[in-house]
Amino acid sequence: MYNFEGFTLDWYRELFQDTRLLIIVLNTLVIALLSALISTIIGVLGALSIYQVKKRRAKNTILSLNNVLIVSPDVIIGASFLILFTMAGIRLGFYSVLLSHIAFSIPIVVLMVLPKLMEMSPTLIDAARDLGASRWNVLTKVILPFITPGIFAGFFMALTYSLDDFAVTFFVTGNGFSTLSVEIYSLARRGISLNINALSTLLFLFTILLVVIYYFITQRNKAQVGGIRK
Amino acid sequence: MENKLTRNLYMVPYALWIALFVIAPIILVLYYSFFDIEGNFSLINYQNFFTPVYLKMTLSSFWYAFLITLFSLLVAYPTAYLLTKTKHKQLWLLLIIVPSWINLLLKAYAFLGIFGTYGVTNNFLEAVGIGTQQILFTDFSFIFVSVYIFIPFMILPIFNALNELNPTLIDAANDLGASRWTTFRRVIFPLTLDGVKAGCQVVFIPALSLFMLTRLIAGNRVITLGTAIEQHFLVTQDWGMGSTIAVFLIIIMFLFMTITGTRKRGI
Repeated sequence: MYNFEGFTLDWYRELFQDTRLLIIVLNTLVIALLSALISTIIGVLGALSIYQVKKRRAKNTILSLNNVLIVSPDVIIGASFLILFTMAGIRLGFYSVLLSHIAFSIPIVVLMVLPKLMEMSPTLIDAARDLGASRWNVLTKVILPFITPGIFAGFFMALTYSLDDFAVTFFVTGNGFSTLSVEIYSLARRGISLNINALSTLLFLFTILLVVIYYFITQRNKAQVGGIRK
Repeated sequence: MENKLTRNLYMVPYALWIALFVIAPIILVLYYSFFDIEGNFSLINYQNFFTPVYLKMTLSSFWYAFLITLFSLLVAYPTAYLLTKTKHKQLWLLLIIVPSWINLLLKAYAFLGIFGTYGVTNNFLEAVGIGTQQILFTDFSFIFVSVYIFIPFMILPIFNALNELNPTLIDAANDLGASRWTTFRRVIFPLTLDGVKAGCQVVFIPALSLFMLTRLIAGNRVITLGTAIEQHFLVTQDWGMGSTIAVFLIIIMFLFMTITGTRKRGI
């Protein structure tokens, strides 16, 4: 690492020949996509439930419960989930990591979707009901299209949170299952190796890609909202 | 009744999530803190927590978190202030925020290379004539890297507060003959205090519970509350003591949040 002689792609080649590492990358991606998908579904349902609650106090209570997992330190989330999974008899591994990623992504999705719901004019729903739409139709034809940008933003936030997470995963991953962050941690404790550098570069590029996609989604949002108001 | 039941069926997953993953874990942590390492019900963990060993650890953890928050604030406030003065402020802000999207592990790992014995910093020191120093695994490197990681989180709320500041107030202060320093001390800083408080909140609590950096960058020299929890849960398997520290961390968190609680006043 410290004796620079020239440029080479050897480390990337080595990276792609390391099947164990590739499996870990796949695991990480599968966990991120699945947890983002499921937490988006539950988060949207949650936002709809909070939207339905009319009493101010009850709403604030639910919102503060929602925010507990956002403000608590990762270590506490990880430790308490470890106790939870052990008590529930869930074996540590793929499912425990997936469940905890879903759990800490849900509040973020709720926070992304709820403002969209709040800014939706209630007259839209009344109009749809007047015109004879069933509750299901109101949901699929009026509410969901309106909050779609929020849903996408929530999905991407959940995805990046899951990809980024180290502390919670570190607690609930047992032996034999590992995600990228945990793997990098154990490699880095042994010292510097150029494999990780190559891997870091790829991860970095992937993150930038996600940020760009997220940026374009929010930009399009703004354009859309502007379009409606005009 | 049947109709109402099916109508509210969609609330079930979210309610289940709150019950299982928000309320249950907190209760479980509290429950476990009353058991000693053999699984007997006792208050021994709480007694242990108030022995000098743990109190010293808590104090040093607080001290490091305080230093990290202070340095982040010292860097972040002028940066945020300068940002609001630039032309393309949203772009600059985005550039400052981008590092916070990159995996924490990678940033820590990068510093292993930069601060290492043969790393860039030591090459530079060698060239200047100071000679190779031990930088990694010292308090300095731990605080430096932590501050680096937390700065974006500190800048964001302060930037928002400064950005919302009504410029006519500053003009008024200038008109009334206030010097630049007085304007800052009496007008700008008090009005952006909410941003500073929010920034301190998002830095101080995570700084108390850092555990990965203490191992990688500080080489186990620094033991924060987070490191202690991790140690008890994953190494010594003394879940009771780990839970007790976690309970105290939660209490500290709530205290800190109520102290720095942001009350929205109409300005």
